[in-house]
Amino acid sequence: MSQTFSRRMNFLSRLTIFGAVFIVSAVALAIIEIVRSPYLTEAGVVRLQPVPFSHKHHVGDIGIDCRYCHSSVERSAFAGIPPTKTCMNCHSQVWSDSPELEPVRASFRNNTSIEWTRVNRLPDFVYFDHSIHLAKGVGCVTCHGQVDAMPLMWREKSLSMEWCLECHRNPARYIRPREQVFAMHWQPPAAPQDFGQKLAATYKILSTEKLTNCSTCHR
Amino acid sequence: MDSKVPRNPSFDLAAIRSRLASENGPRFWRSLEELADSAIFTEYLRHEYPRQASALAEAPDRRQFLRLMAASLALAGIPACSSAPPEKIVPYVIQPENLVPGKPQYFATAMPHTGYGIGLIATSTMGRPTKIDGNPDHPASLGATDIFAQASVLDLYDPDRSKAVTRDGRVSTFDAFLRALSAELESARTNDGAKIRILTETVTSPVLASQIRTVLQKFPKAQWISYEPVSDDNLRAGSQLAFGGYFDTQYRFDKADVILSLDSDFLSAGPARIRITREFSQRRSVTADTSMNRLYVAEPAMTITGAMADHRFPMRRSDIGNIARAVAQRCGVQGIAMPVGAWPWLEAVVADLKRHAGTSLVIAGPSQSPDVHALIHSVNHQLNNTGVTVLQTDPVEENPGDQRASLQSLCEQMRSGSVDVLLILGGNPVYTAPADFDFASGMDKVRFRMHLGLYDDETSQRCHWHIPEAHYLESWGDVRAYDGTASIIQPLINPLYGGKSAAELVSAALGNTLQSGYDITREYWRQQTGDSRFETIWRQAVQKGVVPDTTFQMRTPKLLSNVQIGNPSPPSNEMENVFCPDPTVFDGRFANNGWLQELPKPLSRLTWDNAAGISPRTAESHHLGNGDVIEIDSGGRKLEVPIWISPGHADDSVTLYLGYGRRRAGRVGNDLGTNAYSIRTSNAPWTAAASVRKTGKRWPLASTQLHQSMEDRDNVRTATVAAYSRDSKTVSEKRPAVSKDLSLYPKRGAGDYAWGMSIDLNTCVGCNACVVACQAENNIPIVGKSEVLRGREMHWLRIDTYFRGEPDGPEAFFQPVPCMHCENAPCELVCPVAATTHSSEGLNEMTYNRCVGTRYCSNNCPYKVRRFNFFQYSSYGESTLELLANPEVSVRSRGVMEKCTYCVQRINAAHIEAEKQDRPIRDGEVKTACQVACPANAIVFGDVQNPGSDVARLKAEARNYGLLEELNTRPRTTYLARLSNRNPEIPAEGHHG
Repeated sequence: MSQTFSRRMNFLSRLTIFGAVFIVSAVALAIIEIVRSPYLTEAGVVRLQPVPFSHKHHVGDIGIDCRYCHSSVERSAFAGIPPTKTCMNCHSQVWSDSPELEPVRASFRNNTSIEWTRVNRLPDFVYFDHSIHLAKGVGCVTCHGQVDAMPLMWREKSLSMEWCLECHRNPARYIRPREQVFAMHWQPPAAPQDFGQKLAATYKILSTEKLTNCSTCHR
Repeated sequence: MDSKVPRNPSFDLAAIRSRLASENGPRFWRSLEELADSAIFTEYLRHEYPRQASALAEAPDRRQFLRLMAASLALAGIPACSSAPPEKIVPYVIQPENLVPGKPQYFATAMPHTGYGIGLIATSTMGRPTKIDGNPDHPASLGATDIFAQASVLDLYDPDRSKAVTRDGRVSTFDAFLRALSAELESARTNDGAKIRILTETVTSPVLASQIRTVLQKFPKAQWISYEPVSDDNLRAGSQLAFGGYFDTQYRFDKADVILSLDSDFLSAGPARIRITREFSQRRSVTADTSMNRLYVAEPAMTITGAMADHRFPMRRSDIGNIARAVAQRCGVQGIAMPVGAWPWLEAVVADLKRHAGTSLVIAGPSQSPDVHALIHSVNHQLNNTGVTVLQTDPVEENPGDQRASLQSLCEQMRSGSVDVLLILGGNPVYTAPADFDFASGMDKVRFRMHLGLYDDETSQRCHWHIPEAHYLESWGDVRAYDGTASIIQPLINPLYGGKSAAELVSAALGNTLQSGYDITREYWRQQTGDSRFETIWRQAVQKGVVPDTTFQMRTPKLLSNVQIGNPSPPSNEMENVFCPDPTVFDGRFANNGWLQELPKPLSRLTWDNAAGISPRTAESHHLGNGDVIEIDSGGRKLEVPIWISPGHADDSVTLYLGYGRRRAGRVGNDLGTNAYSIRTSNAPWTAAASVRKTGKRWPLASTQLHQSMEDRDNVRTATVAAYSRDSKTVSEKRPAVSKDLSLYPKRGAGDYAWGMSIDLNTCVGCNACVVACQAENNIPIVGKSEVLRGREMHWLRIDTYFRGEPDGPEAFFQPVPCMHCENAPCELVCPVAATTHSSEGLNEMTYNRCVGTRYCSNNCPYKVRRFNFFQYSSYGESTLELLANPEVSVRSRGVMEKCTYCVQRINAAHIEAEKQDRPIRDGEVKTACQVACPANAIVFGDVQNPGSDVARLKAEARNYGLLEELNTRPRTTYLARLSNRNPEIPAEGHHG
């Protein structure tokens, strides 16, 4: 009976053994990369909205405070999306016949809400609270990026659990004085870690152990 | 379904008794199956989820279950390999003042139940009412709730509620109805409305009553009839006998040292039940300066009141009147014919009552005859209790009278054709009216029939018009509490299905310009208070939930001297059949409420069924086992019903629970159990002579009593007050010494807080309010009867019931069991994916998004408090039920383990608030849902590390013990042992009747 496999198959089989290891790890690596990539995290992907609202103009150019529109950010888990009334406070006078603002006027006229597309979104099993993060000195910019430079909105960070834990494991690196949380261009002093640690002590930021308890965010 | 019921032969009582008597027999037992060591018990003991292998094979059952859960098929959450679909954010156009998005709001309101109000604080989450709690300012609530109030929010969102005005079953409009009605009323003017009848439930609402009176002024010959199937007719008639007029009786259980209850389940029945539970349990507490009270109960079937008794006397309901006569005679009430009978305990009880004259209390249940109630009034007078523990006011009810008699005359008039217009405002008389009235066929003779109700039910089916009723959370109105205190019913949401309140309907029928419930209610109270003070009073009433100065004054009616009391019933051993409202679905009005259907009924722990209660001895003599179907023949009316052998039930007596056998309740409540109304007649609404025959059929009964057993391991600790005051160590001395450092695992550092719970078994009355509160707070799904039969109920908090002593007359003990949050938690060590972990504050956390569903944790939990989602139990897809979900708690998906979290969402909320204010969390700031609901204040939660906290103080008591603490799990939930205040003059055998 002749050999089923020819000698050439030896090379092929070696290649396959190597290939198995290589391919499996390549696939694993690819999955990890895809999961972290903007394709899935949607970080950096511009969201189209019914009204092309520019944070760059309203925050960067005019200098409106974050809280003028996101009014519950210091009190509630939810920062708040401004009701149409907030837009109309100014836009009944300013740009009051701009065609781009017609959806806003229509909303106010017809008493129907504007449906914005969500930009920053967490899974339903994650319970994030804006108010406590501000109270502990986490600035808006830290998570949302330079909003004053965004003509249209995108998600700045991945909002993955890995990203959350970066700060929850070592908050000192990310916090700033409370009076600076809404500032867009605050820079930490020379030794950021020491400065942060002092702040963390002043603000009584909870232990890393408590901050990384599952139930701190999941329940 | 029959095939998979394990054979459950009738029990060998002799063997059980000898086992109990033997040296190493169980001291505490949970079920007769356990005592008999039957196969079904061992099966549940060995397998946490028995018979699950066959579950998928049983296709019809599963289909039934899926149908029950309506939209479970969606199986949401199929993992996808792409980013999440875009989501919309929809802000207000003009945001309401005082609303902070993401923060709940709280509104005072009141829930009418059998006419009487319970003050509530309802939680509104972005406009959706999601949780009900008690209003501390309301006299009937005192901040606590009961199962009905807790579950009422599910009724609001019930997708089976009627959604449209119908005429002869076809969709119509409210305007069309009004046109038709006004034509009828117009033609009725000629004869002063002699053929108009208005049928309501018990009404205490001043607004509705004033409106109906306006109708009666316009149509002087029209009549207003009130009917409740679980009525207080006997109480009213008793008051009439004793005082010559209608008076309501109130009780002050906080002032009562000795209580004798004759068939009164005062802890779970009556309009003051929540307050009474609070007052009663205050006096069970041994930490207070006052002494502990003593409770004697004589009753046929064991109720939670009977379970709390220090001495309980199982007794046929028809014999209890004789006890009342004997007690009255010994207390010095004149002119009573003495009954024949010997009760060895009677003299000791009467002596005890007399010793505490002025601070004792005798109470009889609404199922006892007017004679008994009249006698009880005299007894309380003789014992100087009147004015101290027993008080009278004018009737709170707006239309007091003999409800049964007036319904009877209505039926006669309808049959004779002297009724043309019948307006039924609430209630379901076709289902609940006494069988001999044949209400339905009488009603069919009425030319114009209208039914206002939450559901398109048995009554609306036979009416020309059906109008959907607005739920109390949807409409403005008012209601009085048991003591007359009026509350404004404040809605939290617009009617979901365009419903109308009774007041709105009557107003529209009268052609009033005021159409909305808000205007009607305001206008009435404006007239009451006067224009000048009105706005202040109105604001205060709406905000506080109580209208100031509306509580009724106490009255001191004179006892009539010539009270005629009927003769005692001769001794008989004839079988009697007694009726009781069901402990969870009540008179049937909650039949479509899944939370209440699946809530294990106290003591029997049955779900989804109304089995008849029967004593072990009677079952033995009839060769009956649990689930055997009997035929009850009561005066020629027959009913087939499965039985449940109830320890402590009176012999020769069968208890039938009302509220089941509904045909048009909705998808949840249809065709469950048997309809006891079908053999309930007007001359014997509570007790009837009956004969019982075994049919040979069997019916599967889903009792959770055998589930999640911890075996006989000293789970309940108890002592008598006497022994405890001699030596407070008496309940703890058995505690095995386990060193605190005995652990293979590294010690954890102390966190900022150490959360813990203390549950007082001495005050817990087993009312189940905590279980429903937990279900509402934590989005806990229901699973259906077939799943309960497999031991898969999802309640995070269960109330274990233990018995001690002979099955004929045992003592009963309740033990609520949530997660113990063990410091050395066995579940955490076996989770392969670290989905259950320990927090730095001592919480045993469950992280659903990590759980892969191995169920090792549940297997390793000695307390059996973990629950597994075998299917997609949560009702995704039923849009109205989604509105009910608490947004602070994840809705769990199929294949995920879950359990009590100590309401971690509330802990986190308190953490965040406290830290924003830069202060520690105060003691009492975090209250778990079960704790808030508890009318007995039996559950206390807090930081055990803080020596000044309530929970730390309780845990330092000598009565404190941990469940299975010999396993060194170091549970954070601990119990306070139960004490009983037995009368030394009554021999131990006495309580066996």
